Amino acid sequence: MALADMRTPIESGCPDGFQYMHPVMRRNYGQWKYHDHPRPGVLRHVSHHGDQIWTVKAGTQRILDVFTLRKLCDIGDKYAEGYVRFTIRSNIEYMVSDGAKVEPLVKALEDAGFVVGGTANSVSMISHTQGWLHCDIPGTDASGVVKAMMDELIDEFRTCRMPNRVHITTSCCQINCGGQGDIAINVQHTKPPKINHDLVSNVCERPSVVARCPVAAIRPALVNGKPSLEVDEKKCICCGACYPPCPPMQINDPEHTKLAIWVGGNHSNARGKPTFQKLVAAGIPNNPPRWPEATAIVKRILKAYQEGARDWERVNDWIERIGWPRFFEVTGLPFTTYHVDNWRGARSSLNASTHIRF
Amino acid sequence: MAKKVHETPMLDELENGPWPSFISGIKRLRDQHPDERIQSVANSLLGQLEHSYETRKGYWKGGTVSVYGYGGGIIPRFSEVGAAFPESKEFHTLRVQPPAGNFYTTDMLRQLGESWEKWGSGLVTFHGQTGNIMFIGTTTENTQHFFDEINEYGWDLGGAGPCVRTGMSCVGAARCEQSCCNEHSIHRSLLNRFTDDVHRPALPYKFKFKVSGCPNDCVNSIERSDFAIIGTWRDAMKIDQDEVKAYVARKGRQYVIDNVTTRCPTNCMTLNDDDTLTVDDHDCVRCMHCLNVMPTALSPGDDKGITVLIGGKRTLKIGDLMGTVVVPFMKMETEEDYQRLTEMAENIIDFWAENGLEHERCGEMIERIGLVNFLEGIGVDVDPHMVSHPRQSSYVRTDGWDEQAEEWYRRKLEAKQQASV
Repeated sequence: MALADMRTPIESGCPDGFQYMHPVMRRNYGQWKYHDHPRPGVLRHVSHHGDQIWTVKAGTQRILDVFTLRKLCDIGDKYAEGYVRFTIRSNIEYMVSDGAKVEPLVKALEDAGFVVGGTANSVSMISHTQGWLHCDIPGTDASGVVKAMMDELIDEFRTCRMPNRVHITTSCCQINCGGQGDIAINVQHTKPPKINHDLVSNVCERPSVVARCPVAAIRPALVNGKPSLEVDEKKCICCGACYPPCPPMQINDPEHTKLAIWVGGNHSNARGKPTFQKLVAAGIPNNPPRWPEATAIVKRILKAYQEGARDWERVNDWIERIGWPRFFEVTGLPFTTYHVDNWRGARSSLNASTHIRF
Repeated sequence: MAKKVHETPMLDELENGPWPSFISGIKRLRDQHPDERIQSVANSLLGQLEHSYETRKGYWKGGTVSVYGYGGGIIPRFSEVGAAFPESKEFHTLRVQPPAGNFYTTDMLRQLGESWEKWGSGLVTFHGQTGNIMFIGTTTENTQHFFDEINEYGWDLGGAGPCVRTGMSCVGAARCEQSCCNEHSIHRSLLNRFTDDVHRPALPYKFKFKVSGCPNDCVNSIERSDFAIIGTWRDAMKIDQDEVKAYVARKGRQYVIDNVTTRCPTNCMTLNDDDTLTVDDHDCVRCMHCLNVMPTALSPGDDKGITVLIGGKRTLKIGDLMGTVVVPFMKMETEEDYQRLTEMAENIIDFWAENGLEHERCGEMIERIGLVNFLEGIGVDVDPHMVSHPRQSSYVRTDGWDEQAEEWYRRKLEAKQQASV
């Protein structure tokens, strides 16, 4: 583009959402009285003025092609008054002002291959990262893992058979952009980066690479007379954070990239204070295209939770009540030295009491 | 399509099963889209993705791409296997800021879709983990064209790189009875104050705002934002005793005792013999559990406001951190309230920009320098709500104790005088 064609941007920032909001929601903004849950995937909210709005939630493939986007819009136009919103887990929500419109809308969504559900005590859509489709340090394809897993969890999305809601997340590396979940499937690199010393001095700004390392394992070094970097492999935690500023530090490895599963992340303040997820399983093969080993462990954890937890207990509440030794017993997962934290502040995670369950 | 279609035996497996398949979507673009450019891009992308599945490695690397006038907002992606899959060798993502609460009309989605198939791959995500609409896959040149087109009808880029990032808010007051603040207004007034810092990355690292209307925190602000705003209230929760009785009649006393009163983290509730509920509101920590179980009977109080927590973040670089309470309660009603919140955000970002190290999040800086130094830097007084418990370690100098104690009494007196005005 020639300089003369350049257009100054309109720095409008975050747009006003009210222009896209269903009129009933606009009219009753801040005036809602209560809600109920007529069936899985459907919510009804009632306002102090007596207005009502029904929401139908549907799971999608998250990565939408324009055909799918238009299909969702067609359904919205024909059955749902033309207004939608998306949840943070990439579910789509249609809002209608008339309860009679709910069933035709549900049917239209299901006939078009979308999945109605994800409300209340269901397993919601897995929020996830870009993976091999677009990320620069992905150990796996988050979209593929999620598609394969949701194929097997679809009935738990459609129904509300869990003790409380279950949020699952998937991240394609340890940096964990996918987030915290009741169950989190994250990739764990297990070997330090392999350095292509011929390229480092041309490609990498060495001080920023050194600064990026969480454990100070990277040092400047001269290799074959050229400025490069070296990694103290004993210190390295294989997080991959050095790769984006320095692609010659290759972290991806077809064999040694494994999946790990973490549980008990819960950002809600309901009952207890918010909690972070904890490691329960690692070394799970990164096995495209269906990752059956990871799905099997997730299903095993879900089954134990479903059988063992009381109403309203989230995964972390359930484990806190039964204790971690019992968690490993009921899920049949091995407890290893890797489960004992050795990062800063780790002693606060050790048991300094005689509180022991037999 | 005249060109050879890449074989995708592994990806084909992801078309099996009942959940909607993103692979089928990309194939539709390859096989059915009228524009040959989009067909070729989809074919090439599938080829590279299949190659990743076969070799179990990713092949994208970053670079520098932006639109005229901005320094960020684009995730540049160049293929390392572009020779084999040339039509998707430049495959950048544009991050576009959605409205608070992610509301759209179908008309607007169609308009965005049309622009994107004119200039991009036809693949889009609502939304990425930071909260942006992700328009995935275009060339360096078309990045500018697409931006120009959607910018004309009301959309702007979000943040990427060391800058203020796109914000996120829950559905909030638009559709939720638990909402204790105007999430949308807070979101827009904060984000749009920092538009320049969104578009021109010049901070130590990323800085995120997220707004949740109540402590259920549906957008996960506490773990995933540097500046978390969570709605709450400080007077008594509202109890509709007739609805309580109706609920007890429906579910039984035992259920209510087991699932409501004994689940209260501070044991502040009693189910009385006449099936009414008594709450000791001084002990209530607004955890939301009982309101979640009995939404028709229990509601937040009338004296609503927000709690502000600073420094939450994900794993890199020192491990996960929750946000720390910096403002236990603040009303959000008047222009001045909004101004006070914005000023606080300005102070925090300024202080962190001055004192944060390269690639250090605000929470990590607080960990390094200590909360007290941080509070001093931003001009906020200490408050017992900021800690789970006072210090344990006895290794501390306390030479300024008397002045601090005097200061505390002075502040208490001031607050008392203000309350009586």
